[in-house]
Amino acid sequence: MKTDITRRSFLKQSSLVIAVTAFSSPLRLFNVSPVKAASELPFKPHAFLEIATDDTITVWVGQTNLGQGTHTGIPMVIADELDADWESIRVKPAPAGEPFKDPLWHAQFTGGSTSIRHRWDLLRTVGAAARQMLVEAAAQQWGLTAGQFTTENGQVVHSDGRRLSYGKLVETAQKLPVPENPPLKQAGDYRIIGTARERLDIPDKVMGKTVYGIDFTVPGMCIAVVARPPHYGASYQSYDEKAAMAVKGMVKVVPLENRIAVCAETTYAAMQGRETLNVKWSKGSQPDLNDDTVDALFKEHLEKLGAVAKTSGDVKKALAEATQTIEQSYKLPYLSHAPAEPINCSAHVEKERCRIWIPTQRQTATQHTASKLTGLPIEKVEVMTTPAGGGFGLRGEQDPVVDSVLLSKALSRPVKVIWSREDDFANDYFRPASQCRIKAGLDKDGLLVAWSHKVAAPSVMNRLMPQFVKNGVDPDAVSGIRDMPYSIPNQLVNYVMVNLPIPVGFWRSVGFSVNALAVESFMDELAHAAGKDPVQFRLAHMEKGSRPYNILSLLAEKGGWNRPVPNGRARGVAVNACFESFAAHMAEVSVNKKGNITVHKMVCAIDCGTAVYPDAIRAQAEGGVVMGMSTAFHERVRFENGGVKTANYDDYPVLTMSEVPEIEVHIAKSNLKAGGVGEPVVPSVAPAVANAIFKATGVRLRELPFQRELLIKG
Amino acid sequence: MITLNVKGGNMITINVNGTKRQVDADPETPLLWVLRDNLGITSVKYTCGIAECGICTVLIDGEAQRSCVVNLEDVQESNITTIEGLPEDHPVKVAWIEKQVPQCGYCQPGIMLQTVDLLSRMPNPTDEQINDEMDNVICRCGSHPKIKKAIRFAAEMTAKHGG
Repeated sequence: MKTDITRRSFLKQSSLVIAVTAFSSPLRLFNVSPVKAASELPFKPHAFLEIATDDTITVWVGQTNLGQGTHTGIPMVIADELDADWESIRVKPAPAGEPFKDPLWHAQFTGGSTSIRHRWDLLRTVGAAARQMLVEAAAQQWGLTAGQFTTENGQVVHSDGRRLSYGKLVETAQKLPVPENPPLKQAGDYRIIGTARERLDIPDKVMGKTVYGIDFTVPGMCIAVVARPPHYGASYQSYDEKAAMAVKGMVKVVPLENRIAVCAETTYAAMQGRETLNVKWSKGSQPDLNDDTVDALFKEHLEKLGAVAKTSGDVKKALAEATQTIEQSYKLPYLSHAPAEPINCSAHVEKERCRIWIPTQRQTATQHTASKLTGLPIEKVEVMTTPAGGGFGLRGEQDPVVDSVLLSKALSRPVKVIWSREDDFANDYFRPASQCRIKAGLDKDGLLVAWSHKVAAPSVMNRLMPQFVKNGVDPDAVSGIRDMPYSIPNQLVNYVMVNLPIPVGFWRSVGFSVNALAVESFMDELAHAAGKDPVQFRLAHMEKGSRPYNILSLLAEKGGWNRPVPNGRARGVAVNACFESFAAHMAEVSVNKKGNITVHKMVCAIDCGTAVYPDAIRAQAEGGVVMGMSTAFHERVRFENGGVKTANYDDYPVLTMSEVPEIEVHIAKSNLKAGGVGEPVVPSVAPAVANAIFKATGVRLRELPFQRELLIKG
Repeated sequence: MITLNVKGGNMITINVNGTKRQVDADPETPLLWVLRDNLGITSVKYTCGIAECGICTVLIDGEAQRSCVVNLEDVQESNITTIEGLPEDHPVKVAWIEKQVPQCGYCQPGIMLQTVDLLSRMPNPTDEQINDEMDNVICRCGSHPKIKKAIRFAAEMTAKHGG
């Protein structure tokens, strides 16, 4: 790309700035240094990388900081290819913009464990391109054409011994074109990727300096809480505006479509105002919806034929001819994301622009939402992503964006919308509940010949991206079933879509953790029926030397699967393949006569390709065990009277310290492309525990959360 | 943020991190919202509002308390400590960085303050004591294993340096 901007005098502001196209197929990098230097306005970085004359290197990260470590991992990849001095790296959160869109999915978002795996080539190329420009700059400055140029620790070094730091080369480098295909390092040459690094965002988090979305403020901002319908489809019939306005600090009561916003100078006043509003609601669209009716509806759907999500071979024939067949059903509840930081969004709508500050996982969607509501073009919607207090998939939803934009328009001032914890549980887009039935057949050698699996579950895709629902099949609802890591000659997978007013959304690992419970528990039941060791049975259905085969083998080796189990304890395993990674878990449990389960130890093995940032992978894996166990033991959203009954953490306990076992994490050595991490570490946790409980007690728990009463003896 | 209340109303003085601060708020306002909205101390986090999660924990006269259920009027004579009130080289802060505890980090200030309380009573806690004492705080990211390590590390540091 050529730029016609006249180069101005590069004063002290000069730096090398590299930007990238969003639609990077082929990948295109641009040297935007002249644009930056010529700009009259404060520099709005639509770049990945800036190298300044004082040697500091700034990396802008467009991914949401949910605590997963990508705000250190992404700079690590760039810095490695750049041969930068790690100490000179600064990371800044990027505003929403084209360069930060996902190169494959063409939107800026954080989800699907894509942050590094979708940018593996892009990030390395950005670093490598800048490095090559600096080498060329050194050759020019030194007037050398011969000899060998190398780079190390932020310096270009010539074979004759001279060296220059990157900062001293910036003025020359910024006049060079960006090389198109800079050579990338071989894995053996990595100096930063795969090493231990302190996370760059941790000191501020420890000192209490991090400003999360809920903490964000600008002068003149007011706070809004919104009274939302307590039953699905309900509308307000009356409310007491006068009473609410009598609360000290109230600004305004603003009725919206099916909800009423209460705006005040402080959060507490807004919450008090909402309490005194005394809204009367209609009964809603399905007042008889409750736990029992929901359960019955799923059961009913499981009797329907369903859409065919996969068929191979002849399942019916294979089942008829099998030496042994077994059939079982599994059941999972709706789950809340329950992130620590409640949902929030700050917006300031002005005549020429709209600014939004939000801990969002979907920046591009946020821009579109605000553009539609304000009539402003996309580029006039500035979205600043704040650090998020957890997200797990929920923070892509647009409700707080809609409300804050509408209210800022209505009040002509900045507005921060905050959900209370009760709002958060009542208005979550839950992980879909699911019921399934599996029938499988074993041959005379105890090998699987047929697997027939029917799932009844609501569809996330049907709401968010209906174009991906084909022939009645939501791919996420059957993920981990039709692509399970086992080869079985005859398979049939059916899906029955359950339509309820309960909204469902993406929840860490999406369909994989839902379906892994059934698939991996049932594999254990089959191993038992075949009289085989659970690890050996699984391996017998995998291609020897394949990545799932190897990760399960690594788990068995590191976890001591074949070593004696401590007295009174039992072990169980499970394995899963998702988001271009492979993970397996081993649980070591004991169960007493009262049915109390103690998980003593969890071992996780993960093959995520090149392990970019091992410390973050271990942290994610530990968190994955905690979250997976939390779903196994505690989590369940309850419904009554056509709405959500679960109100707060006292109704929705999550795993706490005394229940957290010793956790061991083993990362497979690999030079392959980086895979996902945050999600692959979840699915095999709950089934590993269920399988260990079976081994300990002979009782198979086929429902989440575990019903401990089934384990009581005598 | 502090304005003179011309009606001669509710100016209340509280002592936060060793500094006297005047607040214009109703006496029954939860301390959480006074700290966050009136005084701008946003390291004190709102999560559940019903004393269930422990994330809004502050120290009141050295004792870990949930600021969402403590009223402003009840702390006028007290010393309130938030995470900013601990020196940067406080063993708990050093340990939290050394052991790389936070993921999203949202719950950590409250959990660190509860740790300060724990270590003041039990300078060398056993694993069981850590489990008991820290069982009523929520961390949704699952940083528990690292919290345990950091608590032990902070205890060791305090013992060494004669805290």
